[in-house]
Amino acid sequence: MKPFGYTAVRDTGEAVRLASRTPDAAFVAGGTDLLNLMKDGVARPGHLIDVNGLDLAEVTETPAGLRIGGLARMRAVAGHAAVRRGWPVLAEALLASASPQVRNMASIGGNLLQRTRCGYFRDTGSPCNKRVPGSGCPAVEGWNRGHAVLGGSDACIATHPSDLAVALLALDAVVRVRGTAGERKVPIGDFYLRPGATPHVENVLRPAELITAVEVPRSATARRSRYLKLRDRATFEFAVVSVAAAVDLRGRRVRDVRLAFGGIGTTPWRSPEAEAALRGNDLTAESVARAGRALVRDAEPRHDNEFKVELVQRALAELLEELR
Amino acid sequence: MAEHTRRTVLKSAAVTAGGAALAARAPAAAGAAAVSIQPAQTAEITLSVNGRRRAVSVETRVTLLDALRERLGLTGTKKGCDRGECGACTVLVDGERVKSCLTLAVMRQGSEITTVEGLADGDRLHPVQEAFIRHDAFQCGGCTPGQIMSAVACIEEGHTGSDEEIRQWMSGNLCRCACYQNIVAAVADAAGEVRR
Ligand SMILES: Cc1cc2nc3c(=O)[nH]c(=O)nc-3n(C[C@H](O)[C@H](O)[C@H](O)COP(=O)(O)OP(=O)(O)OC[C@H]3O[C@@H](n4cnc5c(N)ncnc54)[C@H](O)[C@@H]3O)c2cc1C
Ligand code: SF4
Ligand code: FES
Ligand code: FES
Repeated sequence: MKPFGYTAVRDTGEAVRLASRTPDAAFVAGGTDLLNLMKDGVARPGHLIDVNGLDLAEVTETPAGLRIGGLARMRAVAGHAAVRRGWPVLAEALLASASPQVRNMASIGGNLLQRTRCGYFRDTGSPCNKRVPGSGCPAVEGWNRGHAVLGGSDACIATHPSDLAVALLALDAVVRVRGTAGERKVPIGDFYLRPGATPHVENVLRPAELITAVEVPRSATARRSRYLKLRDRATFEFAVVSVAAAVDLRGRRVRDVRLAFGGIGTTPWRSPEAEAALRGNDLTAESVARAGRALVRDAEPRHDNEFKVELVQRALAELLEELR
Repeated sequence: MAEHTRRTVLKSAAVTAGGAALAARAPAAAGAAAVSIQPAQTAEITLSVNGRRRAVSVETRVTLLDALRERLGLTGTKKGCDRGECGACTVLVDGERVKSCLTLAVMRQGSEITTVEGLADGDRLHPVQEAFIRHDAFQCGGCTPGQIMSAVACIEEGHTGSDEEIRQWMSGNLCRCACYQNIVAAVADAAGEVRR
C-alpha cells in the first residue's frame, strides 16, 4: 500500500471542506472495499478522511418513508423492524450481501460506491479502461462470465456489484449528497452512469461530495417486495443474476410494479419495458414471460455470459410467482 | 519500524494536517482529541485489547490485524486472505464481529477489541472453545480462532436457531479443511451451553 495521510473528522462540513482542498483525498467508512483496492494498488489515495465519527448513522421512519443515514451499517438497516415491515426487499438484499462481519462494518454510502468485481479491474497487471482510461478492455474478448449483457460499450462491460443498489432502484430511492456548494438530491435511477467511452466515471457524484443519506418513499409496491439472488455458491458470494420486484396487486391484477436487476447490466438495471408488460394486466405465466422477453430484448451477450439472458428471465418468473 | 523522531503523539490535542486542526472521533477516555497523521509518519496510538490499554506505534497503512499480530504479539488472530474473504482474522470490536484485515488500526482508537486470547478466564476456557474441542471442530486450526470469535458473536446475536441458520450466519468464516459439520455442531452445542 502506498503511504497516505489520515484525518478523522467529526463534522460533515469539515469532511467536505477537507476533501475539497486535499489532493487525492478519499473518504473511508467501513473500509471494506477501499482497503482491498488500496492493497491491490487499484486505489491510491494520498489522504484518507475517516467519516465514521459523523452523526449520519441513524435509520428513521418518517411519514414520507425511510431515511437511512449514509453511515448506517448494512446490519443495522437489514435488522431494522420498520425496514422489514415496509421495505422487505431492502432487508433481503442486504442480508444476501457479503458476510455478517462485513455487514457489521460496511456503510450504506460505501456500499453504493463499491467498485466492480471485474477481475481485470482488480488486477493491476491487466489493462482496464475503468482503472487506466484508454488502456483497453480485455473482458470484451476475454473472460466475461460475470459481465453485463445490457448497457455495455466497447470500452467496458463490467457490472456494478451492489445488491443494495438494485433494491433501492426498485424502491425509487433518492440519494442525498453534500458538497462544498451545499446539499442536493439525486434519484437512484440517475445516480449511476453507463460506461460509454468513459467507464472510469461511474456515477454523478462530484469531487468531495459525501453521501449523507438515502431516502426511500413509502408505497404499496414497497410493502410487497422481494429480492432473489442467484450465485455460484449458496451464500457469501456476489450475484450472478439478481432480481428486486415490488408489486401492488389487486387480486391477480397488477396495479403497479417496479422491477430492478443485478448482474446483467453495467449499472443496477431498471426495466420500464418489463414493468409495462405487467402493469394493468393480470399476473400470469404469459404476462410474466412477456415481461422477461421485454427485459432482455436489447441484450448483447458475450462469449461466456449468454446463459444470463435465460437465467434472469427464469429468476424474474420465480420471484413473481412467490409474490403472487 | 520508523524512527522515534518521526513519531506523532495522536492524543496530544493540536496535531494538524495542511494547517488545519480537526476534531476526531473521540476516543472514549481521551476526550475530543484532534487526529491527523501525515503519510509515512508513525503515530503513537492506544488500543484497548482484551481489557488492557496498549500503546502501539503504527503507520496509517497498518491494519488492525497487523497491529495485533506484528506489534502486540497477539498471533492468535490469523491472516488468511487479507481481503475480507476468509474470516480467519475475525475479532470483536465493541462486541461486534469484524474482519480485522479490512480496518486500519488508526481507525480503532478508543474501541474495545477482543481477540481469541481474551476469551478464556485464566485456565477456564470459554464455552465456545470447549465446544470446539468436544466436537473436534478443527483440523489444521488455521481458521479456528476466527471461527470461534465469529461463533461467540453469532450466539450473542441469536442466530443459532437451527443448523441451517448457523450455517448461514457462520458463512463469513471459511475452513479449508472443511470441518463445517463439526463446527456447526460445536456452535449449536455452545449456544445451548451459553444460554444455560
Ligand atoms: C468478502 C466480501 C464480500 C462481499 N460481498 C458482497 C455482496 O454479496 N453484495 C454486495 O452488495 N456487496 C458485497 N461486498 C461489498 C461490500 O458491501 C462493500 O465493500 C461495502 O458495502 C462498502 O462499504 P464501506 O462502508 O466499507 O465502504 P468503504 O470501503 O469505506 O468505501 C468505499 C468507497 O466509498 C467511498 N465512500 C464511503 N462512504 C462514503 C460516503 N458517505 N460518501 C461518499 N463516499 C463514500 C469511499 O471513498 C470509497 O471510495 C463484499 C465485500 C467483501 C469484502
Ligand atoms: S469490463 Fe470494464 S472493468 Fe473490466 S476490464 Fe473491461 S474496462 Fe476494465
Ligand atoms: S484475513 Fe481477513 S478475512 Fe481473510
Ligand atoms: S481447520 Fe484447517 S482451515 Fe479450518
